Amino acid sequence: MLGWIDDRLGAASWARTGLRKIFPDHWSFLLGEVALFCLVVLVLTGVFLTLFYVPDATAITYNGSFAPLQGQQVSAAFDSVMRLSFEVKAGLVMRQIHHWAALVFVAAIVVHLLRIFFTGAFRRPREINWLIGIGLLLLALAMGLTGYSLPDDLLSGTGLRIVYSVVLSIPFIGPYLAFLVFGGEFPTAQIISRLFVFHVMLLPALLLGGVGIHLAVLWIQKHSQYPGPGRTEHNVVGKPFWPSQVLKSTGLMILTAAVLSLMGGLIQINPVWTYGPFIPTTVSAPAQPDWYVGWLDGALRLFPPIEVTLLGITIPSPFIPGVLLPGIAFTVMTLWPFIEARLMHEGTREHNLLDRPRDNPLRTGIGVAALLVFVMLTLAAGNDVVALVFNVPVETMTNMMRIAVFVVPAVGFGVAWRICEELRRGELHPLGRDPGVMLRRTPEGGFEEVEPPD
Amino acid sequence: MRGERAVTAALIASVLASIGLLVVYVFVGGNAQAEGLLLGLALGGMGVAIVIWAVALIDAPVETEARHPMPSPGETRRSARDALDADRIGRRTFLVRLLAGAAGFLGAALLLPAFSLGPAPGNALFQTPWRRGVRVVDETGKPIRPGDVAVDTVRTVFPAGHVGSADGQTLLIRVPPELLTLPDGRGGWAPSGCVAYSKICTHAGCPVGLYRARDHSLLCPCHQSTFDVLRGAVPTFGPAARPLPQLPMEVAPDGYLVATGDFPEPVGPSFWNVTHREGKAGSTPSALPSVRGGEPGPS
Repeated sequence: MLGWIDDRLGAASWARTGLRKIFPDHWSFLLGEVALFCLVVLVLTGVFLTLFYVPDATAITYNGSFAPLQGQQVSAAFDSVMRLSFEVKAGLVMRQIHHWAALVFVAAIVVHLLRIFFTGAFRRPREINWLIGIGLLLLALAMGLTGYSLPDDLLSGTGLRIVYSVVLSIPFIGPYLAFLVFGGEFPTAQIISRLFVFHVMLLPALLLGGVGIHLAVLWIQKHSQYPGPGRTEHNVVGKPFWPSQVLKSTGLMILTAAVLSLMGGLIQINPVWTYGPFIPTTVSAPAQPDWYVGWLDGALRLFPPIEVTLLGITIPSPFIPGVLLPGIAFTVMTLWPFIEARLMHEGTREHNLLDRPRDNPLRTGIGVAALLVFVMLTLAAGNDVVALVFNVPVETMTNMMRIAVFVVPAVGFGVAWRICEELRRGELHPLGRDPGVMLRRTPEGGFEEVEPPD
Repeated sequence: MRGERAVTAALIASVLASIGLLVVYVFVGGNAQAEGLLLGLALGGMGVAIVIWAVALIDAPVETEARHPMPSPGETRRSARDALDADRIGRRTFLVRLLAGAAGFLGAALLLPAFSLGPAPGNALFQTPWRRGVRVVDETGKPIRPGDVAVDTVRTVFPAGHVGSADGQTLLIRVPPELLTLPDGRGGWAPSGCVAYSKICTHAGCPVGLYRARDHSLLCPCHQSTFDVLRGAVPTFGPAARPLPQLPMEVAPDGYLVATGDFPEPVGPSFWNVTHREGKAGSTPSALPSVRGGEPGPS
C-alpha cells in the first residue's frame, strides 16, 4: 500500500518525517482540537439536515403531527423543520446534536482563543495563525447566526429583525445595505433562502479552507510548548505524531461526538414548536439569543437612549452598541499581537516557549477585564430573566448592569494584576497547595528550616 | 493486563450500544432520548477504548526535536526576491498603470450584479399603508368602534385591506381621555381616549407587545424600552430614543375609527436620514390632524 503510493507520489520521505513529528503534550492544547471535532460533527449532522430542510418562506398550512399548530399558516421552511423534528426518524436527535455542537463549537473556539491569549502563544512567529484564527471565529459566528435563523420560528425571526435594525443603523449606507442583504424592507421572503446559501455553501467553504490553512501553519511552525526541564526556544519536547498523538486525537474526536450525542439526545434545545412560526406582529418574551450573541444583545439593552441628530444626520441608538462596539472589539483583538509587540518592545524576537498568565500581568489583566466586559454584557442580555428570578424591577437590574459593566472589569483588572504579582513572588501554583515550611528538630532541642526537595 | 481488559470492556459496551441503537431505530423510531443516549454510549465506548489504548498500551517515550528557525537563509531569500523581481514583467510604467486601472474598472463592473439583490430604499422606510380615511380593523379584518375597546386594554390593529401588515401594525389603547396629555397639535387624534401608536419599537424593531396598565406604559420585550401612552408614547426607560409614532385617528360618521393620515414620522428603528421630511414626499399634508371630523370614510 505504502509502496504503491510512494511509487506514484514519492510519499515515503515526507510520511517518515510527518509521522515522526513531535507534539508537546498539555491538556490546554486539546481545546482547539475539540473545536475541530465539533466542526466534524457539525458537517456530518448538517449534511443530514440539509437533505430535509426546505429553504422557502412561502406560507403553507401546517398539517403535521404536532397537534397544537395544526391548521396554522407557517412557512415551508418552518414546516420542514417541524417534519424533521416529528416525522423523520432520528431527525430530532440530529437537529439537537447539530445545535448543541454549534454552541460547543463556538465555546471551544473562545476557550482556545483565551488559552492562546493568556499564554502569549500569538507572539512572533504565530501572529499569522492568530489572524487566521480570528477569521475563523468570525466565520463560526456567522455560521451560528445564519443557521439559527433558518427554522423561521418566532424567536429567530425576532433575532433577525434586530440584525436588520442594526444594519439599518449604519450611517449613510445602512438603509441601502439592509435592503440589499434582506432584499427589501423587513420582513422579506428572500432572506430565508439567502441565509441558507450562506449557511450551507459559502461560509462552510471558507471555514473549512481556513481550518486547513490554520492547521498547515501550525504544522510548519511546530507547536509551542510550556517551559520545563529540557525545553528551550529551539526545541520541541513531546511524543511523536504516530501513534500516540493520532490515537489520542482520534479518541478525543469520538469522545467529543459522544458527549454531543448525549446532549443532543437528553437536553432539549431550540424547541421551535413552542415558539411557533415567525409572525411579524408578535414577539415572544423573554427572548434571549444563543450564548455567543448575548453580549451584543446586552449592549443594546444597556445603551442609554441617545440618538444624536447633527446637520440632519441621525446616529441611531443601536449603532454604537450594535456596530461600533463589536467593530472596535474585533479590531483590537485582531491587532493585539502587534499592539503587544509594540508595548513590550519585542523587535524580532521569536517565542516558542509559552508564558504562564502570571508572567505578563498587564496582558493577563487586560484579558481578564475584556472577559468580564463580555460576561457582564452577556448577563445584561438576560436582565429580564434575572429580574424575574430575583423579583426586582427590570429597570433596577438594567441600571445596576450599566454600572457593573464598567466597575466589575476595572476591579477584575486590578485583582488579576495583583494575583499575578503574588504568584510570581511566591512561585506558587494557583491550584497547588501551599507547600508550607518543613522543620527539623535539632539534637539541641531547637528547630531549623529544611530546604524542600524540588 | 488492566489496560487490555479496560479496552475490551469499553469496546464491548460500544458494540452493545450500537446494537441497541439499531433496535431502537428499527422497532421504536423517533425517540430522541434513547437515540442520543445509545449513540453517545456507542461513541463513548469507542472513544474511551482508543484513549486507553493510546495512554496505557503504547509505550512512547518523550522525544526532543530541534526547531529550525522560520526565516530562510539570506541567500535563499535573495534569490526568491530576484525571482519575484518586477522587472521580469518589463519596465512599462504606463502599461502597468493602465492594467491596474482597467482591473479597477473591471472590478467595479463585476460588482454591479450585487445591486440586483435588493431595491433602493426610496420612500419605503417613510411610508406605511395607513392613509387618510382608511378604517382601523382588528386582525380578523373587523372595523372597530371606540366603544368596542374596554378602557385600559390594548389591541393590535391594521389598516383595512392590510391585515398582518408588518409596517402598518398598530396598537390601539383606550385610556380615560382626561388623563391624556398628548403633544401640541394632536388634540383630535384620540377620539374617546382611543390612542394608536405604531407597534414597531423605534429601537430595534421588535413588536412592542406588552402593556402595563398600572402606569399606562408600553414595554418592548426585546430590550425593555418603555413608552408612556398618555404622553404621546415618549420613551421613559430603556434604549429607545424616539417616541412611537402616533396614528392620527377620528371617528367616521358611521361610528367606526378611521385614520386621518399616515404616521407623521417613520415607524420602526431609526436610520441616518430618519428626520428628513422630504423623504416623505407628498404625504405630509395628509398626516395633519383633521379637526373637522365628519368626513366620509371609504365604505
